[in-house]
Amino acid sequence: MVKELKVSALENGTVIDHIPSENVFQVIKILNLEKFKTHLLIGTNLESKKYGTKGIIKLSNKFFDKEDVNKIALAAPNATLIVIKDFRIIEKNTVRIPDKIEGIVKCFNPNCITNIEQVPTKFEVISKDDLKLHCHYCEKITNKTNIVFI
Amino acid sequence: MKGKSLISINDYSKEEQIKILDLAAEFEKNPVQNILEKYVVATLFFEPSTRTRLSFESAVSRLGGKIIGFSDSSSSSVKKGESLKDTIITVSNYSDLIVMRNPVEGSARYASEVSKVPLINAGDGANQHPTQTLLDLYTIRQTQGNLDNLHVAFVGDLKYGRTVHSLVIALCNYNTTFHLVSPIELKLPSAVKMHIKDKNLTYFQYTDMNDVIPQVDILYMTRIQKERFSDSLEYERVKNLYILNKNMLKGIKENLKILHPMPRVNEISTDVDNTPQAHYFQQALNGVYVRQALICSILGLK
Ligand SMILES: [Zn+2]
Repeated sequence: MVKELKVSALENGTVIDHIPSENVFQVIKILNLEKFKTHLLIGTNLESKKYGTKGIIKLSNKFFDKEDVNKIALAAPNATLIVIKDFRIIEKNTVRIPDKIEGIVKCFNPNCITNIEQVPTKFEVISKDDLKLHCHYCEKITNKTNIVFI
Repeated sequence: MKGKSLISINDYSKEEQIKILDLAAEFEKNPVQNILEKYVVATLFFEPSTRTRLSFESAVSRLGGKIIGFSDSSSSSVKKGESLKDTIITVSNYSDLIVMRNPVEGSARYASEVSKVPLINAGDGANQHPTQTLLDLYTIRQTQGNLDNLHVAFVGDLKYGRTVHSLVIALCNYNTTFHLVSPIELKLPSAVKMHIKDKNLTYFQYTDMNDVIPQVDILYMTRIQKERFSDSLEYERVKNLYILNKNMLKGIKENLKILHPMPRVNEISTDVDNTPQAHYFQQALNGVYVRQALICSILGLK
């Protein structure tokens, strides 16, 4: 396995590290990076001391609102967000699961209106450690074992 | 409560619920009035529920209101593939209030968000049926004089019965002691028990209903539905476990009343119907007064 992705260091931009390998593309989708216009480097199945393997995304000249980035917490609960300016790390944060989640995941209840008509999902996060999402519509709880990304 | 949709019983505070019950008591004394003369109420039933629909339509008719709508989706544009959103927007142009029943869970909340007029949920699948809860509260208060500190038994299917879940949650506001009688496989879900625990109230669980009858003020019977069982032998075993008959009403409290959301199958023998404890037909009638009160409050007429 490659120890470090051999790419030039980032001058200005954002690094999202410690993404579970299997969810890298999910994170790209959540952050809507498919249409990103400047340099975007994606690494996956990289070695990680803490988690076995990990994924990483480097974006030049891209900075996020905290709220925006927290949306990825469901797919990458241990992700760190590193902000770089002039080759230097100026900020490092771990993501936090937000209190409300709109879109991103499906309601697990097949008889929920969000699975039957074109209604975007909406959840209130009632537990973050043992993930529990309360559906705004059908009032059922989607949890870690039955969570599915849209 | 003017303009405020009722989707889930918790949309209304305890105080708002009591206001509805107080107003319902006025309609019980005087159920025929002309207050809805200039109003149109739409009753949209995407699945048939004759009892609930007739109760709403009787409530509106006795107050002089007009009713438009449909009684099942096969005769409506829904059959032609129209989305719920389009149906609701269209109907909200034609009416002052929408009453909707729909088998899809969460459909009522969504409909209330796209509707231009307030909406009353008359049942959204296994999710909520708040007017049933209000009429149950009304009936309990009517028979006991108040709602506080009562011993209430629930018998039958406590796992899938949304009527039971909503009423248990609503009664948690009144220092109720709960007596829960069901087969092991149909026990009250822990998510509902959490509400009881959160309020530091007490509940007891039983499998034999004879143990609870002498202890309680209200005996709330429910039917056990065949479709809840994957194993039909299991259903056969359980279905006749909780049949209430007249002989079982011995050594009871004098204020005991028996309720049932109706329709019943065989849970209450007909020999109970003429006892002073039977109150389930009155309970159904109370639905009309409670719905009159709710409709008038939402339209800002009372
Ligand atoms: Zn849902």
